[in-house]
Amino acid sequence: MSDSRTTTGMIELDAVHFARGDQVIFDGVDMRFGRGEVTAVLGPSGTGKTTLLRLIGGQVRPASGRVLVDGTEVSRARRKALYALRRRMGVLFQNGALFTDLTVGENVAFPLRAHSRLDEALIRRIVLFKLEAVGLRSARDKYPAELSGGMARRAALARAMALDPEIMLYDEPFAGQDPVSMGVLLRLIRRLNDALGLTSIVVTHDVKEAMSIADQVIVIAGGRVIGQGTPDEVRAQREQEPALAQFLDGAADGPLNAAEDEAPLSVDLGLGGGQ
Amino acid sequence: MNVQRGVELVVGLFVLAGIAALMVMALQWSNFGSSRVAGYEVTARFDNVGGLTVKSPVKLAGLTIGRVDSIEIHAETFQAEVRMVIDDQYDNLPTDSFANIYTSGLLGSQYVEISPGGALESLEDGDRITMTQSAIILESMVSKFLFDKAKE
Amino acid sequence: MNAVLNSIARLGRSVLDGAQHAGSMALFAIELAWVLIPTWSRPRDILQQVYAAGVLSLVIILVAGGFVGLVLGLQGYNILSNFNATESLGVMVALSLVRELGPVVAALLFAGRAGSAITAEIALMKTTEQLAALEMMAVDPMRRVIGPRFWGAMISVPLLAAMFSLVGIVGGYLIGVVVLGVDGSSYWGQIHEQMEAWDDVGGGAIKSLAFGAVIALISVYEGCRAEPTASGMARATTQTVVLSSLAVLGLDFVMTAFMFGA
Repeated sequence: MSDSRTTTGMIELDAVHFARGDQVIFDGVDMRFGRGEVTAVLGPSGTGKTTLLRLIGGQVRPASGRVLVDGTEVSRARRKALYALRRRMGVLFQNGALFTDLTVGENVAFPLRAHSRLDEALIRRIVLFKLEAVGLRSARDKYPAELSGGMARRAALARAMALDPEIMLYDEPFAGQDPVSMGVLLRLIRRLNDALGLTSIVVTHDVKEAMSIADQVIVIAGGRVIGQGTPDEVRAQREQEPALAQFLDGAADGPLNAAEDEAPLSVDLGLGGGQ
Repeated sequence: MNVQRGVELVVGLFVLAGIAALMVMALQWSNFGSSRVAGYEVTARFDNVGGLTVKSPVKLAGLTIGRVDSIEIHAETFQAEVRMVIDDQYDNLPTDSFANIYTSGLLGSQYVEISPGGALESLEDGDRITMTQSAIILESMVSKFLFDKAKE
Repeated sequence: MNAVLNSIARLGRSVLDGAQHAGSMALFAIELAWVLIPTWSRPRDILQQVYAAGVLSLVIILVAGGFVGLVLGLQGYNILSNFNATESLGVMVALSLVRELGPVVAALLFAGRAGSAITAEIALMKTTEQLAALEMMAVDPMRRVIGPRFWGAMISVPLLAAMFSLVGIVGGYLIGVVVLGVDGSSYWGQIHEQMEAWDDVGGGAIKSLAFGAVIALISVYEGCRAEPTASGMARATTQTVVLSSLAVLGLDFVMTAFMFGA
């Protein structure tokens, strides 16, 4: 089963190295994201989950290795090919990234106006349809500042879906959401994926929520993949990988924060002790 | 859409006003045109032009009727030959008119003042005003005054 | 000894930082240059920015121009009356404004009023991932956000400078002729005789065009490289005003030396 997945991967990362300054973010990682699946990428904060989305979107390029989206090498693509590829992607940014000067309706209409020559009446109808899908039709004339966090994120989702993408990337969609709007979002992500036949990648550190909707789970930490597979498979891998176990359990002590404990406090305080 | 239209209108007015301001200053207030006024040329030779410069005004009875076009040294007389362009509407200046270099104010800029003579013929394009009086140089006036005083 | 070495090192570091800054701004300018023509495919975006940068700066520019003209008239009258040459008041006010004060003061005011606003706006769009969102929607933020703002500033500055000068000359007239009793016809007459269309008015316009380009470049550049924090944005807007002012004054000296010097 895992073999068939690799061959039909919509998005593939191949031995990707990426570093920001001295800090190595990815140290030769391989990932496959299956067509039509919801894949959750889990990991502690600061492990480059957002960087992963930027690599897939071609906003940053790896130092070495390849990033393939539907057979096109994003990491080498020329601008034109890259832009053509991006039109097939929708991104939900961490805080929505709605255009603050435009109303919700205009925000959703923005990608349509930018990339199509549809007449205004048709654009209006598509906008209403998209807003209806996220339950925000009545908020179309409001400005982003007037929306709650959950509404803003759903509005951003409507905008990301405006061009009927084949790939949806979600950057921390659950961060700072109350339980109800989190539940709404979870259901939306799953339903949109199935109804529209998308390939979805959800980057998050909310283990339980992600596990509940994902077909596949990838856990990254320390620049490498420490767990991969279906939610059940990943839960089963915890025995071999102490870091994975710590992350899944949310334990305070373990290999993930071992580095912090290496130097005794007395060294930083200058109390001798250190050599 | 209506708001957009208002913005377009205001920006249009803004751009027009800016260009108009530039044009008013460049074409109306400056000497644009007045230096290229249709006119005829006369010359005059002065022993000393003082601070007279190209574009200095040429006046008749205090009114500007023309402009200095060039000032050069005349090769034979070693005088300064001043070429002036005078507006065509003043085409009846007598040939025996007098050209003086005066100063506006005590330290002001210098200009050529034409004092009309009594001849019946008028100056034509290319003519020369023969009777001239040079610029008054303050130092020479002062030293002359002191010299005269000393002689007394 | 160590303190001396440290301060020398600090000097070296700030020179290197400055060089890096200049270099990255040059690279940015090249990148921007590529999109300046394509930006005109959406003239409405540019129009919107002319409104935000130019029209909204109009009041401060006109008021400042009027006051500068009044002061020039007053000061000029005092100085010129010492030489009995108050009829030259007009040309003194006009040339001061058209050649220098119009382009320079309008540019400085613009940098403070509109340049800093452009920087803050772009920096906020960057911080809130709006620029990244544009990129991921396959819309080039350089064309859609940066280019129109550059043009808006670049177009507005010369127009504002011209209006500044015009209002200033009228202000000088009001104080000199209407209040202090200088002969009105010689106020205008002297301007008419001595102000050159190309050298003075045109030269001033070329100056303000150059100032507009410099302020526009600095404003958008500082916005784009602002750190995504509150203090980073504050620093970026301050930097825009400081750098723009210094650049305008420095460039003014160089251009004056070339155009009116010798």
